[in-house]
Amino acid sequence: MRPVYAISGGVSKFAKARPDKTFQAIVKEAYDYALDDIGMEHPQFIELVDGSVASYFSDHFSRQLMAGIMVQDYLGLVPKPSHRVEGGGATGGLCFQEAWKSVASGHMDVCIAYGFEQMSHVETWKGNEFIALASDVSFDYPVGGFYSGYYAMMVTRHMKEFGTTVEQLAHVSVKNYRNAYHNPYSQKRRRITLQDVRNSPMVAWPLTRLDICVMSDGAAATILVSEEGLEKLEKAGAHIPRPLVKVTGIGRGTDAMRMSDRPHVDYDYFMQHYATEQEKSSDETVAYYRGLWEHGFRYPGVHSFRAGRTAGNMAYKHAGVADPLHELDFVELHDAYTSSEIQTYEDMGLCRYGEGGPFAASGKAFMPGVDYGLDLPADPICPVNPSGGLIACGHPVGATGLMQNVFAIWQLQGTIDKHFGDPTLQVQNAKRGATHSHAGTGTYVTVTILERAD
Amino acid sequence: MSKQPMKREETLGGTIVHGLPFPAELTPEALNWLRQMLPIRIEQDYAITYLHSYGQDSPWFAGLTNKVLLGNREPETGYTYATPRGHGMYDGGETEWVELPTEGRVHAFTVCHFGSEEFLPETPFVLALIEFEGADTLLLTRLLGLDPDAASLDWIGMPVQAKFLRNAKLKPTDVYFTPA
Repeated sequence: MRPVYAISGGVSKFAKARPDKTFQAIVKEAYDYALDDIGMEHPQFIELVDGSVASYFSDHFSRQLMAGIMVQDYLGLVPKPSHRVEGGGATGGLCFQEAWKSVASGHMDVCIAYGFEQMSHVETWKGNEFIALASDVSFDYPVGGFYSGYYAMMVTRHMKEFGTTVEQLAHVSVKNYRNAYHNPYSQKRRRITLQDVRNSPMVAWPLTRLDICVMSDGAAATILVSEEGLEKLEKAGAHIPRPLVKVTGIGRGTDAMRMSDRPHVDYDYFMQHYATEQEKSSDETVAYYRGLWEHGFRYPGVHSFRAGRTAGNMAYKHAGVADPLHELDFVELHDAYTSSEIQTYEDMGLCRYGEGGPFAASGKAFMPGVDYGLDLPADPICPVNPSGGLIACGHPVGATGLMQNVFAIWQLQGTIDKHFGDPTLQVQNAKRGATHSHAGTGTYVTVTILERAD
Repeated sequence: MSKQPMKREETLGGTIVHGLPFPAELTPEALNWLRQMLPIRIEQDYAITYLHSYGQDSPWFAGLTNKVLLGNREPETGYTYATPRGHGMYDGGETEWVELPTEGRVHAFTVCHFGSEEFLPETPFVLALIEFEGADTLLLTRLLGLDPDAASLDWIGMPVQAKFLRNAKLKPTDVYFTPA
């Protein structure tokens, strides 16, 4: 595979509703921004871009089939090759990785990945119904299953097994909202408190409205290139920011659609197939896990995402990451729920299984220099969702995974101040970051590692 | 004094309109002004009746109408699914039908105070994943007989009993559980 660089990105303003534009025109905002950031205009770019990948989740929201080609058309990219990617909430992450594949394989030198969702054309609870249709319509949906309910069931099990508390969940919401206060792209910019989270309306016990991301209209786009593509663009007058950002790790995993079908494997199987190299090499951690199993823990059950663990392990191996907490400078992960951020800390090896709750409240995943109004016992080590994540930025499904990658590119370029008009969220001297995109109840998960190429 | 709403509920629907404000003359200025127009939003209805087939899982629903809870088992490994599955995840072969016990335990649960539009009128309701002796996987179901305002982690592990609708609807809600 060839080296691949993520050279630019754009994000539309995420909002509850964007009736001012059709979805094609919202993608155009992100596309134009990505081009403008490298000093190119469409007539120049169209001569050099080899193709695209389109990302959107649901045909239901806009009642429009083949919306991908309508964007391709509107952007003026026809007759270049393109295809649509769909994988629930992980659609954007899959799209980014498909664009990476196109370039890494040598099929393309310049590929643009764009994604969008326009969810406001239906009422919120109808939208919940559409999203719930991404669960088994014979066995899960008709029982009254919907996503907040599924994640609430996961977290009740997590709480029971590990003693995780609602206050620990609320720390995630406070962190992400307060980060987003400094991000002009985010949908929600509020300085909330732990009490605000717990006092907000209960959606699915114990998850309140402020534990859950919101539906959005929005779009994002990123440009990926080979070394040859980079040269071609620069020869045509592009001003590509240095340092370059290189994609160094790609990982993906899957799991059963129905939570009820998740296995409950034993200790030996877990250690052989799912434990990280770091976990395997620590006698203390091996003993810790043996103790969990002796107390009835089984993996992944409904409290953990083996798709996330699989994706993380694959991406870390690809990028040569041995100690994620200390070797990643930041993580943008799929926090559709505060609880899923905690579950994902564990899957991605930022802490051990069962320790996500205390980790969330420790301060290790917070940004330095942001006032959270909390007494945190530890200093930040690896900020998680410095952008504000899905909880505060919003979750226009097909755009979300790409948005995370755009923010990661800007972190590694050191250009957060330029794009946000506020330097607060710039992770100082960021050299390596991870993005994590997640679907369903953990059905498709992608992890991507991006690094500053000095 | 009861708390009175401070905001009217928003609904769709409204007045039928014939004609919209538009420049009487299409001068260059008027054409340019069109870019300042706010968007027009219309209602589009969409309804469809699917003829949904339960396919190889059909006997499970037939079982419920006869007050029997079925599961599937892999003949080679003995791995048993509490939610129907026609082919095994591990042996890859066709599974066989087995009868599940009608008693189980709560593995995880939530109280839904909101939900999909279709189920909003039924809120609050309790969703639960049930574990069964002799089965390796779980079953998603409704749990009745508990106070939704008194949710507690102590519900996890609670013994529960299957109940069946007398007038089956051929839906997975033909079975539900209550504390044993």
